[in-house]
Order: sequence, then structure tokens, then C-alpha cells
Amino acid sequence: MSSATPLLRVEHASVRYVLRGAGYFTPSRTLGALTDVSIEIPEGGRLGVVGESGSGKSTLARVVLGLVRANSGRVLWEGRVVDYDDAGAMRALRRGMQVVFQDPFGSLDPRMTAGQAVGEALQALAGPVPSVAAQDRIRAALSEVGLGAAFANRYPHELSGGQCQRVAIARATVARPRLLVCDEAVSALDVSVQAQIVNLLHELSERHQMSLLFISHNLAVVRHLCEDIAVLCEGRVVEQGSRDAIFGSPQAQYTRDLLAAVPEPDPALQRARIAAARVQA
Amino acid sequence: MTADALLQVRDLDVDFSTSQGTVNAVAGVTFDVRAGECVAVVGESGSGKTQVLMACLGLLAANGTAQGSVRFAGRELIGAGEQALNSVRGTGIGLLSQDPLSSLTPHLRIETLLTEGLLDRGLASRTAARERALRALRDVEISDPESRLRQYPHELSGGMRQRVAFAAALMCNPQLLFADEPTTALDVSVQARVLELLAGVRDRGLGVLIITHDLGVVAGLADRVVVMYAGRIVETATTTDLFAMPRHPYTAALLAAVPRLHGAAQARLVGIPGDPPQPAERPPGCAFAARCEFADDHCAQRRPELLQDAYREAAVACHRPLRARTEHA
Amino acid sequence: MVEAAVVAATGGQGLWGGAWRRLKRSRAALVAAALLLLVCVMALAGPWFSAWSVAQVDWSQATLATPPSLANGHWFGTDANGRDLFVRVWIGTRMSLLVALLATLVSVVIGVAWGATAGYLGGRVDGWMMRFVDVLYALPYMFFVIILTVVFGRSLVLIFLAIGAVGWLTMARIVRGQALALRQREFVEAAIALGLPAGTIIARHIVPNVLGTVIVYATLTVPQVILFESFLSFLGLGVQEPLTSLGRLVAEGALEMETSPWLLLAPSAVLATILLCLNFLGDGLRDALDPRQHR
Repeated sequence: MSSATPLLRVEHASVRYVLRGAGYFTPSRTLGALTDVSIEIPEGGRLGVVGESGSGKSTLARVVLGLVRANSGRVLWEGRVVDYDDAGAMRALRRGMQVVFQDPFGSLDPRMTAGQAVGEALQALAGPVPSVAAQDRIRAALSEVGLGAAFANRYPHELSGGQCQRVAIARATVARPRLLVCDEAVSALDVSVQAQIVNLLHELSERHQMSLLFISHNLAVVRHLCEDIAVLCEGRVVEQGSRDAIFGSPQAQYTRDLLAAVPEPDPALQRARIAAARVQA
Repeated sequence: MTADALLQVRDLDVDFSTSQGTVNAVAGVTFDVRAGECVAVVGESGSGKTQVLMACLGLLAANGTAQGSVRFAGRELIGAGEQALNSVRGTGIGLLSQDPLSSLTPHLRIETLLTEGLLDRGLASRTAARERALRALRDVEISDPESRLRQYPHELSGGMRQRVAFAAALMCNPQLLFADEPTTALDVSVQARVLELLAGVRDRGLGVLIITHDLGVVAGLADRVVVMYAGRIVETATTTDLFAMPRHPYTAALLAAVPRLHGAAQARLVGIPGDPPQPAERPPGCAFAARCEFADDHCAQRRPELLQDAYREAAVACHRPLRARTEHA
Repeated sequence: MVEAAVVAATGGQGLWGGAWRRLKRSRAALVAAALLLLVCVMALAGPWFSAWSVAQVDWSQATLATPPSLANGHWFGTDANGRDLFVRVWIGTRMSLLVALLATLVSVVIGVAWGATAGYLGGRVDGWMMRFVDVLYALPYMFFVIILTVVFGRSLVLIFLAIGAVGWLTMARIVRGQALALRQREFVEAAIALGLPAGTIIARHIVPNVLGTVIVYATLTVPQVILFESFLSFLGLGVQEPLTSLGRLVAEGALEMETSPWLLLAPSAVLATILLCLNFLGDGLRDALDPRQHR
């Protein structure tokens, strides 16, 4: 970790959801979505957050984005504590960080074309931009993600999953955010498309010195993209470190289990695993 | 190979009639599934692999028509009436769908979901069916089966739901199991469980046809692999052969695109540039030519036929198949 | 996924183009739309064809209330006062359609705004807004309209407002349900992440995505409104002489049913045609705008 101020820092964040009881007399339960989670991302750095469903990784993304307020702990952006009630500060926060979600079709408004979606983001984050300049910037954003000018007039249902996700990335990066949060951004894509999108994210991050917070359950993808990794289990960080440390010498048992369960395209290895697991069972 | 294959698919075509004319989704698909073996059909979204499954079971959408031949245990399924198909569904061929949340009816208890197949057909009494359901739940390693029977699908975790769906597919003792992307919506640890269950089922003598785009799943489970692209088969081989020495450039590219846990962490993954062609825009020649780094003009003009290998149980549809071993990073 | 690929391959005209194509496939909806158009044209142009005007009494008739005949120019006959029914029916249709459209417009505008806001904001605000709707639902509506009529006299504008003021309640409920579901979709979260204010999100992302349901429901509301206006006219609270509406004509015709059946048949036929056509059109629109087509 560099000694310079990290771009983003989450300190001891905890998020609890209160589930109200079904009737008048059933007591409410508290569900701990995140407990005492601390992460940090340096300028231009890429952090991978790995965990299974229920680990709290999506909640962490929402805390970072300011969509959910942590019950305790704090978030520091550019060295300053985020004050959720300060509208001006929140506006600056929004300009500085953007998000790409998992479902390529669901994250785009079905009633807006790709160009309109990117244009909306441009006006909201970097506006007001006069329309001629805006058109140029929209075209540039789309071409940077590999989509030609013709795609500006297409609706989400006319695009493939990979193309939709590119539009989502264009929308998120048109105003040059300093941090891009990718919440399972490639999980719903075919493996060959996944590779394209991962490469695109890597390229954008390098070119614009844009930090990435890449959330995924796929350790192999995270390994290719991120230099630092945090492993979440049931709302807690069980292990955190550089890529080499996590993959080379994982300390926590959960991390080791997770690594062992990743399917690899190697028949001998996979069969041995299945056979061993069945002997155990 | 003296016994007849359990499932024989020959020259299967699937077309959809739309307002803009007929769109071809699947063309000329031919393969077998034998008892005690697992065949994986691999392809990207839009390759038509799910439609192959739907055509076999007569579950195509209303505007879809299937032609060709699908024989299950000697009976022809294409063009068979609903009654004939119903006698095959469940008892002959079981279906495990992709998303366990939507494949289990939300307002029915687990017990009902498991036993309805048996009870509707009069194959067992209520108590006998319940006993079978309990045993099925134990087989898939679900703890405390008695209380699970009374629960609803939404009260179970994703992994447990998939295991219940698995048990349900096997309740009527089918000879063949279809699995449509069974691990896609699941966490890696749960995926491993489901794969073990499928392997167990195969070893007990059932045939398994699994549709997937995940090559890691294929590696551990499948005995033979059928690779589809743009509605056609481009390569078939045994699993070991396919992973060691892919003949078709598309197969090689797919394998190269999978991110690895071992070996050097490349900065760039090897993606396949471009997108698969839309069904209505398939070119006259090889559909993969536009994205293939080895293609020439001949490839773009004439579509390669699927040619059987003389020595091995394999086939490839390519004018310029790969010969040397492809190195992985 | 092949379905999506097929849609993508064949649909290039965007959303409304696709909906229009599907609508064209429903023959019932197309016939209904054509008939409806014909009725509207006749309502606007019909009276010009006839030599008579709406209040004009034909003194030349030997007896009043003559049946339809082509010879004397009274194509639908005359009423008890000797006024030409053809002209009166079309003037009445104009009035009914006008009331229906305006009242529906009022209820759509208020209902969509209320429902979309309540559904999007959720929580306590949603609770209060929908309780307000529930309370209004419970009010004795006819009572309310009668009091208004007594206080403000029988004005046309009052009729519009009165009917619209009730119509918006159900629209609000329906839109609120849709908005609640849309609130969970990722593209709304993405809009929030852009820092857009709630009003903009509701107007730009929520409302256009509920329009399909709103349009369908609106076509099904119009018949209800026409019937309601007819009911008010039947009670004598609707439009006043010499203007008339289909409702009044039906009411008057019903009184003379035994002696002059044409007085009932003509306006009833037009009214029934409008109602049937709107129902078929509503069904067709619902299928055409089916959200299943879009992910």
C-alpha cells in the first residue's frame, strides 16, 4: 500500500437490517449484513472483493456508493469523511464514483436508447453540456467501450448481454469517475464475453487512472484483474492482502475452501476433486 | 457400443416463425447419449443449445417447429402427440432447470412438489410417495428431511433449492436426465455439490445430458462434449481429447478465454472479438469465420460439413482444423 | 436467449414500433379502432349532412315523433318535440366522447402523478398517500356530486372534474403497484447513483415504464366514464338542454320505448358500439404492450 492518502477508505463499517416480526407479537430480528468491515483502495488501484451470496459484498458496494448508510463506522472519500446529509458533498461523491451492476438488461432503462442513457449520465454528472458537445462525448464514450455510432439508437432489448454491459460501462465512465464499482459486472455473461469486458475494464482503469472496486464470486476473474483482494464471509472480512498473498498462500480456511471449489478447465483435476469429495461424503 | 444409445438425435432442425419470416435456431444437430454416460452441450448464449433440449421434450415455444429425429429408447419424440410426450416426461426423461427459484412453484410445499409426479400418475400411494420423497432428500444430502417437506421453496437457500429440484427430477426414476445450466445461478461451493450429485447419478447408470457454457463444469463431469456455435455443431470429442487438443478454432478460443487460478496471471484475458451472428444474419459460409484468426476466403464462402474422425469418436466442422497442441498460458 | 436474439434480429423499430406491429396482428383491435374512428368522424361531421340543427323543430311534420325515413330527411326519425334524431345523436356522441376523454385525461394525469410518487418514495409517505386514496374511495360519491351540482349549478366543467376526481383513485392504485416494482429494478438504482433528484427519476424512468399499463387501463376507463355520465344524465344531473348526450338520449328514449322505439335504438346502438370497440381496443393494447416482450 502506498503512503499517499487512499482514494477510498471504509473503516469498521457495519450494516444491520431489521426484519420486523410477522405479527404484532413476533419480535423483530436483526440481520447483520456487514460487521466491522474495513477496506481501502489507492488511487488507480484495483481491489477485488470476493464472497458468496449472503457474504455482504453487494451491501458493501452500496455502502461505498452512498446508497446505504452504515449503522456504524465511516467512509472516507479522498481523505474526508463522507457526510450523507451534505447535499453538496454527496453530489461531489456521485461525480467521483459510479457503478456497473450485474444484470446487463436490468441496469438499463428499457425505454431509453443507449445514447440517451449515456447522455443522461453525462448531463447529471458533468452537466450542463451543450447538445452538440454532448453528442460528441456520447459518441466518444460508446466508441471507447467498443460500440460504433449505430449503437446509440438501439434499445436494450435489441442488444446482446455483452453489448448492454458495455453501454452500462460507457454510462458509468462518461464523466470520468475516479472510482468504478463493479457489482458482479461480468457474472451474467458468457465466458468469451466476460473476457472482453474484463479486458475493457482493465484498459479503462489503466488509461484513465480509474480505481476499481470489483465485486465477484469468481476468484479466477478477480485474479486477472485486481492487485489486492479482500475475502468476505457472512459479513466479515476473513482475509485481505495482495493477489500473490491470497492465491499463493491463503491463510484463512474459508479462502482455501473457496479456492478449492473454483471449477478449472482441466479434466484430470476436476475429476480427482469430484472423486475425493464423494469419498468424503 | 453394442447397445443402442438411450437418446439418438439425428439432423435436428429448430425454426421459429416470426413476423419477419422464419428464423432458424438449430440446424443439423446429431449426437447420442448412452446409459451411464454424461454428454455436455457447450455453447454461448444464442448458440441454440437450450432449444435442442426443448425440442427433445416438446417444450418449444408456440411459434417453434422441430424437424429431424429424436429417438428415446426407441420411441420417436419429434412430432409425437402430447400424450406420448407426457408418458416420457418425468418417467423417461427428467428435467433439471436452470433457476431453482422459478422452477419450483412458490406456493406449493416441498412435499407436494416432490410427490406430484408419482401421485398424479398413480405410481404410488401417498405414504409410499412420501417415503420416496424422504429418501430422495436424504440422497441429495439435505438435512432434517421431515421438516423440509413441510417448507416452501422460498424458505430454502439457493443451493438447497437446486438439490430439491434435482430430487424432484429423479422422483419418477427416469433413465435419462436433462440438466439445463444447472450450476449457473449458484455459488462455487454449491456448484461442486450439484456436480457431485450429477456424477453420482451417471455412475448409477442413468444417461445425463447437460447444457452449459461453463467449461470447468464440463471438465469434471462430462464424458463427451458437443460444441455448438450459431445453431450448428462445430466439434464433438471426448472430454480429455477436447481439453488437451481442441480441433476447432472456436473451441480453442473458448478454452483460452477461461480465467485460470494457476499459471501466470495474465494482464489480459483472451477474449473472442466480436459477437456471434444473429440467427437471421448467419453468413453462407462458416458462421465463425468473421471472428476466426485462421479463416480464409474459402471459409467465408462454403460452410464446412461436420466430418467424423476415422480413429477416434470425434468430429469437427472446419476447413482448417487445428492440428498442433494449443498452449495455454 | 434465442428468443431475445430473434427479437433483436427482427425488431429494429424500437419499442413503439414493436407494439404497433403486435397491435396490427389483432384483428379485433383493428376493426374496433376503425369503427371507433368512424364514430368520431360521424360525431364531428354527421350533423353537417343533415339539414336540421340540434334544437330545430320540424313544424312540417303532421305528427311528432315520426319513425326514420329517407324521404323526409329525418334518417333516424324525430323525437317527441319534432327534433331530428340523427343530428341529436351525433351531437350527443360528441358530448359523451368529450366528457369521457377529458375526464379520463384528468384521472390519468392525477392518478399517474400520485401513484408513481407514492410507489417510488415508499415507506411512510406511501402509506399516507394511499390511505388518503382509501378515504376518498369510501366517501359516498353520488352524494358529493349532487352537492357540487347544487352549489355550483350544472356546468359542463363540473361534470368533467367530478368524474375525473373519482377516476384517478383506481389509476393511482394501479400505478403505485407498478412503481413499487420498478423501484427495485437496477436501472432505477443506477439513476439514484447518478445523483438525480427523485422528481426527475419519477418523471423520466418510472412514468414512461408504466405508460403501457396506463394506456390500457385508460381505454378501459373511458367506457366506465361514458356510462357514468349517462347515469348522471339519467338522473337529470348531466348536460342540459338543448345540448344532449348519449345518456340523455337513452334516458329519453327509454321513456318512449313502446311507442317510438327508434328513439331508444339509435343512441343505444351508438353507445354500445363505442363501449364494445373501446373494450376490444383495450384488450388489443394490453397484449401489444405486454412487458414480457421486454426484459
